[in-house]
Amino acid sequence: MSDTAAGLLQLLVLLVLLAAAWRPLGDWMARVYTAEGHWRVERAIYRIGRVDPDSDQRASTYALAILAFSFVGVLLVYVIQRVQGFLPLDATAGGDAKGAVDPSVAFNTAISFVTNTNWQSYVPESTMSHVSNAVALAVQNFLSAAVGMAVAVALVRGFVRSRSGRIGNAWVDIVRGTVRVLLPMATVLAVVLVACGVVMSLRTGITLTAADGSTHAAAIGPVASQEAIKELGTNGGGILNANSAHPFENPNGGTNLLEILAMLLIPVALTRTFGRMVGDLRQGVSLLAVMTILWGGMLAVIWAAEAHAPAVTGGGMEGKETRFGIPSSALFADSTTGTSTGAVNSLHDSYTAFGGGGTLLNMLFGELSPGGVGTGLYSILVIAIIAVFLAGLMVGRTPELLGKSLGRREVTCAAIVVLVMPALVLLGTGAAVVLPGTSDALTNSGPHGLSEVFYAFASAANNNGSAFGGLTVTSPFFQIALAAAMLLGRFLPILAVLALAGLLSAQPRREASAGTLRTGTPLFAGLVTATVVLVSAITFLPALALSPIAEGLVATAQIGALP
Amino acid sequence: MTTTIENAPEPTEEATRTPVLRSLVRQLGPALRLVLVATVVLGLVYPAVVWGISRVPGLSGHAEGSVSASGSSSLIGIDPVPANPGADPWFHLRPSASAPETATAGLGPADPSTSGGSNLATTADKLAQAVAERRSVIAGREGVAPAAVPDDAVTASASGVDPDISPDYAALQVPRVARVTGLPEAQVRALVAEATDGRVLGVLGEPTVNTSELNAALLVARPGLR
Repeated sequence: MSDTAAGLLQLLVLLVLLAAAWRPLGDWMARVYTAEGHWRVERAIYRIGRVDPDSDQRASTYALAILAFSFVGVLLVYVIQRVQGFLPLDATAGGDAKGAVDPSVAFNTAISFVTNTNWQSYVPESTMSHVSNAVALAVQNFLSAAVGMAVAVALVRGFVRSRSGRIGNAWVDIVRGTVRVLLPMATVLAVVLVACGVVMSLRTGITLTAADGSTHAAAIGPVASQEAIKELGTNGGGILNANSAHPFENPNGGTNLLEILAMLLIPVALTRTFGRMVGDLRQGVSLLAVMTILWGGMLAVIWAAEAHAPAVTGGGMEGKETRFGIPSSALFADSTTGTSTGAVNSLHDSYTAFGGGGTLLNMLFGELSPGGVGTGLYSILVIAIIAVFLAGLMVGRTPELLGKSLGRREVTCAAIVVLVMPALVLLGTGAAVVLPGTSDALTNSGPHGLSEVFYAFASAANNNGSAFGGLTVTSPFFQIALAAAMLLGRFLPILAVLALAGLLSAQPRREASAGTLRTGTPLFAGLVTATVVLVSAITFLPALALSPIAEGLVATAQIGALP
Repeated sequence: MTTTIENAPEPTEEATRTPVLRSLVRQLGPALRLVLVATVVLGLVYPAVVWGISRVPGLSGHAEGSVSASGSSSLIGIDPVPANPGADPWFHLRPSASAPETATAGLGPADPSTSGGSNLATTADKLAQAVAERRSVIAGREGVAPAAVPDDAVTASASGVDPDISPDYAALQVPRVARVTGLPEAQVRALVAEATDGRVLGVLGEPTVNTSELNAALLVARPGLR
């Protein structure tokens, strides 16, 4: 079988599995976030936290709870990294102590993991101890994902409730998302991954003998438990530097498909949860259609570009693993940038101009194809609001969505969400490019060098975390600027989304009238897709023209000039 | 345990007048306590349970890196260096970004204490030069035309410790390995076939030849190779 045919069948297997999980998982999550009763274990947690699980919070209280929770998370992750030298399991494969993580790296990493980004400005094998990985970073892999889901559900409640102004309880949403969704799924997935060959060891190094008799120290660690939640929670930060390209994290085609499936499961199923909660499943289906069109379109671009990589630089196999080849690498790359995961099973920096550009554009869409856990749903709902507003302007209809009218304040909140990310990406990239030290930090020069910087800020501001790894990001400028991009890119939209949720919740829910634009239709899905493409094209086309597009045109011209 | 409720539902009028900072501070207590509970459950209990299950016989071998009795791991690969380059008996792996600097264009043993690739762009002159250099070294070693060398042989993997090569690259090396080891070509081809894995379930991933297993099998057939 040709690799293209096998790749298409593999894609079919993935889609069938996603379709099978969509309904039960989506319905389950809707029940999780609407059920009245608490589980016994949850009551115990609320007692320890001394929170009242039955209070219904205003948007402001909900937002402050999220901020406080994240702030405490950053502090704890920072402290654990700084004291890891006093804790066990902090040796490299060779047996040297890793010692405390450098302050700037620890600061950047703490923000990175709490914001669900998992940008890694360090080499895990020589920097991060097993204890820091499991006790600090993986915990935030769960919690940051639960926060994303909580914010999305709060926004959905804004549409559901009428004349309320309240949007749920942040503590309950976070605890339930963790206890009822993420933890059970991660446990099952981790065990399945171990059974399929993923490593789960408490040792810090093993000694391997090559065929010639020479011995080598190899890094190893508790991979499977972190691998499961890093994909399920769309986090992406690996225990090993090569991430899901490392055979210990992703040993074969089977684990590769499971990891891709795990990234997509929750963001995709949340569209069902949305439809279920608003009482109209078509609304969720139309958003899922938008996500699928964007994800599928970018997959086609990335796959085709990699399959036609220039032979003179190795036909696209530089930075790809033999067991994945081009189709399975392209599928992973599309899914990891379409969700806000950022795990990689191949090196995006070594992708062709248009293949790598595709992964970049996937992030610049605003992480909604299908986006991170929770963040994907609230991002696409915000775009739907913009789409309704634009359509309303064009045809003179009242802008309203799901019975809520979209006035000045609602649209202002939506506009903030849409504008924060481009501002961070373009200002950050611009500032980096004019600084004198940046050219020394690049592995590649010319348009591709600009792509490395552009990609870094797109990844940080969208809380993706993957990288064009050739960029050296250990300078104070990059550590601080990228941390700021992650922080603002995460919390400004969250604040605006929660404010929006409060405004919507306070409104009465109106019946649809003759002047209402019907949502939940194929036409509306097309309108939302066009809005996504239009907004990102207008914002980013000039920058893209200077980086991947310029590189692609130069490469094409060179091929044409060959004798 | 006594339960004092610290974030009870806000009395409507009061809450709106409370300064933001004080409201934020009021949430810090619950936040800290819940993060600490999560740290114990998700940071200690969860990995401990997964590790415990990974000790089940049948799973534990994989969990510790699939290291065989000979000390090699079938999961990660380290390129063997021949004692005499003129009589090179080994199946070679792909180039690695962590190969020693003395190795030609990454054609040498990886350093498995770390991992990663070159991050070079497909338009980088440096990559084109490395690919050309690898192609000519491998073509010379195998006695074939440079154009016959497959892509995976001339490109560094993403992890640097990729144990697998394509069936094409294995087939390219069979005549030399047979000549140097003195084994019949048919026997070497049979060893390659044994070390070859098809796609998982027929469609997932790509077919591969595991060089760790293959070179270990060569050593069994010809124990004196080291």
